[in-house]
Amino acid sequence: MIFKYDGSFEGFLTAVFSAYEFKCENCTIVKENEHVESLFEETEEVITSEEKANRVWKKIQQKTGTKGSRQIYWAFLSELLGVENTLFQYIQHAINSAKNITTDYANKAVLEVSQIVKKVGREKHRMDAFVRFRKTKDNIYFATIEPDFNVLPLNAKHFKNRYADQYWCIYDLKRNYGIYYDLNSVEIIQLELPNSILNTSTDFFTPEEMQFQQLWKNYFDSTNIKSRKNTKLHHQHVPKRYWKYLSEKYL
Amino acid sequence: MNFDRIKEKLTILADAAKYDVSCSSSGSKRQNTTKGLGDSSGMGICHSYTEDGRCISLLKILLTNHCIFDCAYCVTRKSNDIKRAAFKVQEVVDLTINFYRRNYIEGLFLSSGIFKSPDTTMERLVQVAKKLRLEENFNGYIHLKSIPGASDELMHEAGLYADRLSVNIEIPTKEGLKLLAPDKQRKDFLQPMKKVKNEIIKYKAEKKLIKSTPKFAPAGQSTQMIVGATQETDAQIMYTAAYFYKKYQMKRVYYSGYIPISYDPRLPSIGTEVPMLRENRLYQTDWLMRFYGFSIEELLNKEHPNLDSDIDPKLSWALRNLHLFPVDVNKAEKQMLARIPGLGMKSVYKILGARKYRNLNWEHLKKIGVALNRARYFMVCNSSDYEKRDLSAASIKSLILHNSASKFRNTYSNQLNLFDKQDALI
Repeated sequence: MIFKYDGSFEGFLTAVFSAYEFKCENCTIVKENEHVESLFEETEEVITSEEKANRVWKKIQQKTGTKGSRQIYWAFLSELLGVENTLFQYIQHAINSAKNITTDYANKAVLEVSQIVKKVGREKHRMDAFVRFRKTKDNIYFATIEPDFNVLPLNAKHFKNRYADQYWCIYDLKRNYGIYYDLNSVEIIQLELPNSILNTSTDFFTPEEMQFQQLWKNYFDSTNIKSRKNTKLHHQHVPKRYWKYLSEKYL
Repeated sequence: MNFDRIKEKLTILADAAKYDVSCSSSGSKRQNTTKGLGDSSGMGICHSYTEDGRCISLLKILLTNHCIFDCAYCVTRKSNDIKRAAFKVQEVVDLTINFYRRNYIEGLFLSSGIFKSPDTTMERLVQVAKKLRLEENFNGYIHLKSIPGASDELMHEAGLYADRLSVNIEIPTKEGLKLLAPDKQRKDFLQPMKKVKNEIIKYKAEKKLIKSTPKFAPAGQSTQMIVGATQETDAQIMYTAAYFYKKYQMKRVYYSGYIPISYDPRLPSIGTEVPMLRENRLYQTDWLMRFYGFSIEELLNKEHPNLDSDIDPKLSWALRNLHLFPVDVNKAEKQMLARIPGLGMKSVYKILGARKYRNLNWEHLKKIGVALNRARYFMVCNSSDYEKRDLSAASIKSLILHNSASKFRNTYSNQLNLFDKQDALI
């Protein structure tokens, strides 16, 4: 049996609820937009319910503690194709087991979830590192990113603590939403951005913005030790797909 | 801000500071409680990496590269014919703030050539940190260099504003120092280090009684040694490091392969390769000491004054101590698991977690990420398939090297890449 849901985390938890309702142990949970009609399997449409989601979430927290429930949420944000099914197996294993299963790495689902969480954590950490703010004319420090996974919700706290006295916005171009901080709280926003937003044109940005990017690039080059050149290691740490957002690499 | 002038200074003074390898920005616990700028309570962040693969976490610059000393190993030495420059205090403050607000850096690492006197220099460094903290309400990371010979009063003030302080002893042996930096004396390095250590202990004790006690260098002290500039053995380097960890409660000792910068006959000539492999082995040894429960005497001693270059120091130790193996991964204690070659601390914790549910076999261990290529000669698990031959140390070594031999035979830089991969597993 296939359960298709709206793609939200609550939707996924509701799907888990439905799977249990149908006493279905080997079902597939899939996002609406990733669903392909099947001749042989029945498809059930899940209607997201906050109440059902909460019940499942409570049960998960009770069975796996803060560590396990956090792992489930982080793995979900990976948006990897089929991650819902790994998570469903993980949840079933947690519910069936008397012990907390979060470190049962010899179990396939537990190991897989821990590996996905590691990837998501790495991407979150990369965004903490690779965000490059550019100062706009209206005094907002603005950055665009395209993370591999949907990690922006995980980054909000870090940036809020750090840049408490400046307006800032980090925008995920891939998923078309951003987080904006107005000196009080962080909100999720959607913007119509022109394609030219990647260029630091003085239409949007302060005249000195480009100067600081140049200084940074200058620093980046001067602090390099040529006789220790190690291109492979450099690429491993700063994969090419991020370069278009890193002024020290694209200038 | 005069951008052209700043750019010129930045080029000179970042270039001169790059031989200091410390880039750590963690361990400070300085929270942003007043809605100011910056927070260094979390883990360190590498914001970028240079083309040599080293992390960029801090704005690492010299205040000036004018210097009254003539240490042979240093680019900034008095007799070297290079461009000199000096930042004004406010210029460093502005650069730091503007870089930080754009999320380029975690903070500032400020060092300096010694102009006029140690105290004048140290005072200027302290001014920068003080301005950042008090005028800019900056909670980012500040690493200041303790200038050898600076007074206790200035070191005390430095500790109030900086997260980390460091003095580089640079040359691991007294004889080497005498040869390469005749105007410097070891006690000049040790004096500020000792002062800072004592203050850290004092402030920590007071903090326990009075919560409002200010922070004093919360990320501790570090130091650096140049490797390969003189004829020192690995044992000399690592015993010195162990001494500093113990005696001065250093948070980190860094090892920096000497990069030839001079035609001075006392030093390796220009064009000599940077001893990166040796540097890597020293770091591995340092890690074994700090995180794996090894004492330095086990790793390096009279019989083994130098580390092997073809195998890592843990494997080398294990081969000398085969009577302790094989270890049963399903029963052994943490300390012993950590001593199995090919097992890093991450794998150790995974094994400890996973074996609560069932006895682990080779398949489990492989999936968890254990480097079985090395580990399998030193462990048994829930399987009857284990190494039953009574192999000698030499044959284990040759079997292990044989399985990765092609990579070892490759060029120098490729060798290093291999080690990096091993590190990732550890």
